[in-house]
Amino acid sequence: MKKLAIGNYAVARGAYEAGVTVASAYPGTPSTEVTECIAKYPEIQAEWSPNEKVALEVGAGACYAGARALVGMKHVGLNVAADPLFTLSYTGVNGGLVIVTADDPGIHSSQNEQDSRYYAMSAKIPMFEPSDSEEARTFTKLAFAFSEQYDTPVFMRMTTRVAHSQSYIDEQPRENVPIRSYQKNTDKYVMMPANARKRRVALEARMQKIAAAVESLAINRAEYASTDLGIVCAGILYQYVKDVLPDASVFKVGSVYPLPLESIRAFSEKVKRLVVIEEMDGFIENALKVAGIACEGKNIFPHYGELTSRVIVENFLHQPSPTAEPAVPRPPVLCPGCPHRGVFSVINKLKLNVMGDIGCYTLGALAPLNAVDAVLCMGASIGMNIGAEKAQGREFAKKTLSVIGDSTFIHSGITGLIDAVYNNLNTKILILDNATTGMTGHQPHPGTGRTIYDQPAYKIDYEELARACGVPNIATFPAYDLAAAEKTIREQMQKDGVSLMIAKEPCALIKKSAAAFTVTDACVNCKQCVKPGCPAIVNGKANPYIDAALCTGCGVCAQICKVHAIVKAEKE
Amino acid sequence: MNKTTNILIAGVGGQGTLLASRVLGRYAAEKGYDCKLSEVHGMAQRGGSVVTYVRFGDKVYAPIIDEGDADYLLAFEQLEALRWIHCLKAGGTLIVNSQRIMPLPVIIGAADYPEDIDARLRARDVKLHSIDAMSAALDCGTVKAANTVILGKLTAAAGLDEAVMREALLASVPAKAVEVNRKAFERGLKL
Repeated sequence: MKKLAIGNYAVARGAYEAGVTVASAYPGTPSTEVTECIAKYPEIQAEWSPNEKVALEVGAGACYAGARALVGMKHVGLNVAADPLFTLSYTGVNGGLVIVTADDPGIHSSQNEQDSRYYAMSAKIPMFEPSDSEEARTFTKLAFAFSEQYDTPVFMRMTTRVAHSQSYIDEQPRENVPIRSYQKNTDKYVMMPANARKRRVALEARMQKIAAAVESLAINRAEYASTDLGIVCAGILYQYVKDVLPDASVFKVGSVYPLPLESIRAFSEKVKRLVVIEEMDGFIENALKVAGIACEGKNIFPHYGELTSRVIVENFLHQPSPTAEPAVPRPPVLCPGCPHRGVFSVINKLKLNVMGDIGCYTLGALAPLNAVDAVLCMGASIGMNIGAEKAQGREFAKKTLSVIGDSTFIHSGITGLIDAVYNNLNTKILILDNATTGMTGHQPHPGTGRTIYDQPAYKIDYEELARACGVPNIATFPAYDLAAAEKTIREQMQKDGVSLMIAKEPCALIKKSAAAFTVTDACVNCKQCVKPGCPAIVNGKANPYIDAALCTGCGVCAQICKVHAIVKAEKE
Repeated sequence: MNKTTNILIAGVGGQGTLLASRVLGRYAAEKGYDCKLSEVHGMAQRGGSVVTYVRFGDKVYAPIIDEGDADYLLAFEQLEALRWIHCLKAGGTLIVNSQRIMPLPVIIGAADYPEDIDARLRARDVKLHSIDAMSAALDCGTVKAANTVILGKLTAAAGLDEAVMREALLASVPAKAVEVNRKAFERGLKL
């Protein structure tokens, strides 16, 4: 059946059709929907894992135990999973294993713009890259067959535009793929030096076979037109090239690692000029040059940002862009009623140093809250704080707060907490517990007590966890209660030893709004209520007023108002 | 050869631009066109400026629309019309909803919401349709149907197939919202 679908749905559909029975992932834009979609197939056991490393280990175990398994993550998640990844290529698989990694060129919703293709090369794992949803479906199926044929995990590389754009897919029925038997094979699966050395040699032989095999894969193809210009491209760039350079010959790469070098060499010999157009680094270009295939690429196009049709038109066709009208920027903001807003306004008031983390609350770094000093990666708020204390001394720790979300804390904050206690530090940590994984669209996690299927599960109690880790100072407060927040944070910052604070309030988007607040005539137009930057408060020269359609009734502004001019609106 | 129709939908995260693009996708599928849509997920959805692309025709390659190539710009908010107007081709059609949503720099008093948006839009070589989709939607029962009013206006302004669009719309909304959306669509057609 032909239907419109986003690329991530198509990957899930391809996995379903390929007979996958196990899927694991940690959510991360732009990869999240792969696992959300796959969880809808009753034949597949899906899970949100606490982090990408565990997700990949689950995938490894599932494939060793004979199942076809899919593991999903965003590009930075692949860093977390890198430890099992690099050895997985040694052991190979039993059932097929496909790892979806979604890169984010242009940094739409990430902390960096890294090019996952280097992981394929470095870990010696083949990587396919689709250019639309139908290819996402068919390449995923091919990846499973390839994985089992060559005894290797296979990467599916997505990028934001392919992951989140819709195009037609042609759904096919699920293949019946029996679970293979579990076999003890220590030479293959126990990676200690004596075995790993042998597998290392086997890996090299495997890669040579695969390099030969990709030359005849149909996903790598030449489309000949004018011989004046030949373009080599992969993924979304193929679509842009077909739009903008309709007369050029095109070599469309489906396996970005290893590349079909001899096929590209043959293509290059038929065109007068060879140009590689690729987003981010000159990965293909460099490989061609090493193989002695003369080409252009990054001498024309940037190494960074999304490489859209517009960039090709500007850099290659030298046609200028239309001039944009100047317009006040509209950055993303914490939602009306977001429980992080009030807490950040307190932190800001207390003039603390703040080590931040990854999630919606990263937005606390922006004006007007200006409450976050450093954001690096998942869980880093705690490790960075430990390092800062060692650099600046114990008293510095009493002015420095790690702010971390609940899902991020479980992902990779717990080890930092244990480090702080173990090394007798004063580290101050605040978990913003909004009972969900907010930024990626409200996935459950081990702290929510629900599974991916919304089934009940053990709910991690952060206080109990902290006690078990030996944290001496523990305090929980309701996130909307500014007085409680200020009192708790002030007290805890003065204490010796590690403090763990938990600000509790579910995300404003997952609960019913309370009655809206309104500004009365008592308002003296002091603008204090405007300062935390709530989108429901409309500012101007006159008195601020509250947009009842946006207000969720959190009451934070009413606590800020010194003249008590903000009250719950009377029911009409 | 049916040339590609490029529709750019601009708004603020949470305004329902995604539903509008999905209705247009269903419309294109129903009409037998090739079609691609590009959506925004993640951080930009948090009240930021969002843009969704819809392209349909005999053969569509890129899922996004190059600057200066949009035939239609549906702006769900005035400032967003200004931000994306350069993406519209000369002589293209702009449908702008009169709603104003204050961006953060305005909320905190660091910038003013521009008062000359209409004049600046009119100064460009575009066919401008300024509509109050919120009021029209409210008349029909709920402001939430403002996106449907805009879709109705587009259908009329672009000469799209009314019956097929109506069908695509009503198939895309929850059962309890069918009647209000039907009304809002008719209002949009006549605005």
